[in-house]
Amino acid sequence: MADVLLEVEALTKRFGGVTASDAISFAVPTGELHAIIGPNGAGKTTLIGQLTGEIAPDGGRIVFDRRDITMLPVYRRSQLGLARSFQITSLFADLTARDNAALAVQAHAGHSFRFWRDARSEPALRRPAQAALERLGLAARADMLVADLSHGERRQLEIAMALVTEPRLLLLDEPMAGMGPDESSRLVETLRRLKGGLTIILIEHDLDAVFALADRISVLVYGRIIATGDAAAIKSDPAVRQAYLGEQAYLGEQERAAQGTPHG
Amino acid sequence: MTRPPDPRRGGAFGLRQTVNTGLLVVLALVPVYAALTGDSFAMTLFTRVIILALAALSLNLIMGFGGMVSFGHAVYLGIGGYAVGILAKEGIGSGFVQWPAAIAVSALYALIVGALSLRTRGVYFIMITLAFAQMAYYVAIGLDRYGGDDGLTIYRRSSFGGLIDLNNKTLFYYLCLALLLAVMYFVWRLVNSRFGLVIRGARSNERRMRAIGFPTFRYKLVCFVIAGAICGLAGALLANHTDFISPAMMHWTRSGDLIVMAVLGGMQAIFGPLIGAMTFLLLDEALSRVTEFPDLILGPMLLFVAIYLNGGLDGLIGGGRRG
Repeated sequence: MADVLLEVEALTKRFGGVTASDAISFAVPTGELHAIIGPNGAGKTTLIGQLTGEIAPDGGRIVFDRRDITMLPVYRRSQLGLARSFQITSLFADLTARDNAALAVQAHAGHSFRFWRDARSEPALRRPAQAALERLGLAARADMLVADLSHGERRQLEIAMALVTEPRLLLLDEPMAGMGPDESSRLVETLRRLKGGLTIILIEHDLDAVFALADRISVLVYGRIIATGDAAAIKSDPAVRQAYLGEQAYLGEQERAAQGTPHG
Repeated sequence: MTRPPDPRRGGAFGLRQTVNTGLLVVLALVPVYAALTGDSFAMTLFTRVIILALAALSLNLIMGFGGMVSFGHAVYLGIGGYAVGILAKEGIGSGFVQWPAAIAVSALYALIVGALSLRTRGVYFIMITLAFAQMAYYVAIGLDRYGGDDGLTIYRRSSFGGLIDLNNKTLFYYLCLALLLAVMYFVWRLVNSRFGLVIRGARSNERRMRAIGFPTFRYKLVCFVIAGAICGLAGALLANHTDFISPAMMHWTRSGDLIVMAVLGGMQAIFGPLIGAMTFLLLDEALSRVTEFPDLILGPMLLFVAIYLNGGLDGLIGGGRRG
């Protein structure tokens, strides 16, 4: 068993009478792609908020690389190597794609109290940015303003910005959101290439993508993790079927399809 | 020195550069014109343009590039002015003491106000900066020893030990112009440096900035302090220009004027505040000769700029879209 990179212990968050995170515990070993799925309102957003530091938990611990990060602010976690992408594209619309990526490099290249030298002429910032853009097929769009990129390109840039800092843990918040089937399958291919070299937590509604990519899957329902296991175990778990009542038919269909043409 | 590549700016020497260069030539020739025609009022007016352009430039740094809409920026004109006035009254006439004091006290004020206000955003930030500026305004009114409400006449301009005589209006004019140009160059370097990109990123999307690992608060605070320090210098110049200080220098309507200048000129441009200050003050001057209510014309004009010209007057001459 590989080293555990991220360990979440009894994480709890209440909003008034609603327990959005109910003693959530799970561990992600180095190199794993761990998917978290769950119906709407299951508490996925609250969980991400706590992992990234935007929401303070009421109880429990988050340990990242044997270090308790439960109380660290957002930017410190990022500096430790926990990068994220946003569900709703969150970029610098008035800067170019290259500037966006270069800013992410700069965030991890020492302090930025440098007032004189032209940052856009620093190879130390531009080169890694260029490499990340190339990796996600955005090289030709590097000098365009983000406002002028297509939705799919912005989603790719989201991931490029998370990747450019060479994170130890990549947290992808519904990366397929709002994508057409073509764009989705291209992104699945990109993620498949990244997988293995990187530890990834994938939060995603698109179950096709999840079953195609995830090493292990945790199912979140009403703030609790009701099952964790590989794709086959999750598909056949009665509690999961119960929770996904509306999508039960879909899970069954997936299973039949999987038996017909097994996933790689 | 080479210009950093900016894909949005297009041509090598376009309309914007032509206008900006023309502007500088005009400013450089004002004393010549005044000497030839004996029009000393032009000197007074343009010295004021330059000093308020410096103030608007500092506001533009935090507001235009940093997205921090301070509604109390004239307070630094007051602080800088009072630093000069109070020291002069107490017998310390050296500019080498007065001006650094004006800058340092302004920076300190910015540090305190910034530390308290920059945790808020939007309308709350506007209200806190306004509230602090009003406090400073009433403190100045309470300074009986220094004229209280009536203000204080400065009998001797800052002295620089024979280096430069500020009583010479032409020399003072060129000193103000040189300082404005130096600070414009500094701000231009600043907004294109690593620091500047952090500030602009925080304006564009602060949440994302934190997510990629920037502690944005401390960068915004330092930017706020730099802007305050620059405007404190403008205050020291203004006190020397008018030979007079009063609480009215930091009245909230003056802060409003500075915002108007910055918006009018174009907030994403280094020359914007200069264009804005010049347009605002010259129009105000021209209109008050023909009407008692210049605001009746200035107001709708500003409305037009705010609604139709996203990049202010600079956007008119620059073409192309800018943030």
